[in-house]
Amino acid sequence: MSSPALVVATETEPTAEDAPAGAAALRELLRKPRFVLSGVVILVIVAMAAFPRLFTSADPTACNLRYSKIGPSAAHWFGYDIQGCDYFANVIYGARPSVLVSVSVSLVGFVVACTLGMLAGYFPGFVDGLVSRTADVLFALPGIVAMIVILQAFSARSVWTIAFVIVLLGWPAGMRLMRSTVLSVRSREYVLAARVLGATAPHILRKHIFPNSVAPLLSLTTLSVGVAVGTEAALTFLGIGLQPPTISWGLQIAIAASYRDDIHLFVFPALFLTLTVMSFMMMGDTVRDALDPKLRK
Amino acid sequence: MFRYALRRLIIMVPIGIIVTFIVYAMVFALPGDPIQALSGGKPLAPSVIAAKRAYYHLDDPLFSQYLHFMGNLLQGNLGQTFDGQDIGEQLALRWPVTLQLGLTALAIQTVFGLLFGIYAGWRRDGLVDRALLGATLAVLAVPGLVVMFFAQSVFSVQLGWFPVSGSADGWPTSYLLPATVLGVLGFAGLARITRTSLAEVAGADFVRTGRAKGLSPQRILWRHVLRNALLPVITYIGLDLAGTLGGAIITEGIYNLNGIGQFMFRSIGMKEGGVVVTLSTVLLIGYMVVNLIVDLLYGLLDPRVRHV
Repeated sequence: MSSPALVVATETEPTAEDAPAGAAALRELLRKPRFVLSGVVILVIVAMAAFPRLFTSADPTACNLRYSKIGPSAAHWFGYDIQGCDYFANVIYGARPSVLVSVSVSLVGFVVACTLGMLAGYFPGFVDGLVSRTADVLFALPGIVAMIVILQAFSARSVWTIAFVIVLLGWPAGMRLMRSTVLSVRSREYVLAARVLGATAPHILRKHIFPNSVAPLLSLTTLSVGVAVGTEAALTFLGIGLQPPTISWGLQIAIAASYRDDIHLFVFPALFLTLTVMSFMMMGDTVRDALDPKLRK
Repeated sequence: MFRYALRRLIIMVPIGIIVTFIVYAMVFALPGDPIQALSGGKPLAPSVIAAKRAYYHLDDPLFSQYLHFMGNLLQGNLGQTFDGQDIGEQLALRWPVTLQLGLTALAIQTVFGLLFGIYAGWRRDGLVDRALLGATLAVLAVPGLVVMFFAQSVFSVQLGWFPVSGSADGWPTSYLLPATVLGVLGFAGLARITRTSLAEVAGADFVRTGRAKGLSPQRILWRHVLRNALLPVITYIGLDLAGTLGGAIITEGIYNLNGIGQFMFRSIGMKEGGVVVTLSTVLLIGYMVVNLIVDLLYGLLDPRVRHV
């Protein structure tokens, strides 16, 4: 099975050629309907995660077993779950773990991959050896097996545990991309000139290397947000992710697996999960197109 | 090239030792007592516990447990699970399931991925190309978990075209649906990468030269463009192949196929260090060998890549 993460990593190439600067890229992006559309969906999902009360006044934990598994109706759009809780409220409240995992994984993962990639690319020898060999070992670890073993070690797993594990095993891909871009930037004339003028390494890294090599990693990160959401759901489905009473789409799908006749239990969380992942993927795709000058020819 | 391959094989040894040790240590550090779990929480006689613990070397320090295990593994002795089953026999029972699933999926994804990818890349911006880009983005964006469930609900439960779960009907009946779903998921990535790579190479100078000197388009595509465009495609297939087993855990879980993936998942829960490390070692060797083959193929396909 090919993981979307693999496609994302293979499709994103290191380039260090005149990527359009922030404002110009953003203006161009805003002209693309796909970007605007996915942006709107993401905003709605984020709003659902932050303020679920805006969308539903029902309490997701107020349940009555008498209503167990009743299908959708005008008053209760998504019907009821096994416990007889309002399913619409549950699906709305389920956005939070997905959004938290994706945001924290992409932010922390970006910082880690960026820092280590810049260090490894700019300081060949010991630093590069240490970082790259560590990445080699993590790459060779069978990914999902390592995730399962680490997650089994925690008796109580929260959103943060899952985000931690995804970042811990996922940073090598971003690091390698960043490192290879930095390698091609570090011998440019402006970097050499700065060095001749006596600029310190931290200054060169911050002012010259970082802005000129960050674009590929940025597009890889936006693309992997969606992958992180899917991973959280898959881990939760396997029973080693989030646990009740947390409300999450992954958990809802896992429970629906045992009640195949009540299709609404599966359809609604799956729909929201798919919509979220798809919007993040679409956004990442357009961001990559805008940042990669090779694709714009 | 032979010396290059040999050097690569030698580098594999330390990485292999480090990775297997990490996996062993992680399983070692898992909470819970596997012997106590055998009796389902009921009290066991201290003498029984002591005998079992001595038999499985559970009271030895981590290092000597690891060395003992690896020594046995190198001699081809995989040991026993805590409930006394021979690990080698258990694996022999389960390999065929995962292999049949994986190879069927691989065949589907490679044939369709290459066909559509090559066509779309060669006729860039054509109808097929646009349709392919849209369709593959959609496939990549729907979480694998959702696709598998949906296919199972619709094609097996509702329509009754395929068995719902299990591998009782043998190949191909039992494997067709899960393998097709896996194949379609893999197809999306492969087709995209083939298409991008081919489109990029099609703009190269040597293609224009070929056209100018009057080569037929077919000859340019199959002899010149394809050969150059296949490099990233081969890397992708290699990595994908190496990751097949990871994906098998979820697929086998949903379709209840009793293969290596399920065995691995259950073994982690039971703290069966032996099984987990044996399977991880197999995965690791597979990953490294595939990587080596990919690198060697590079040299064969592209004479500019020289291995010294």
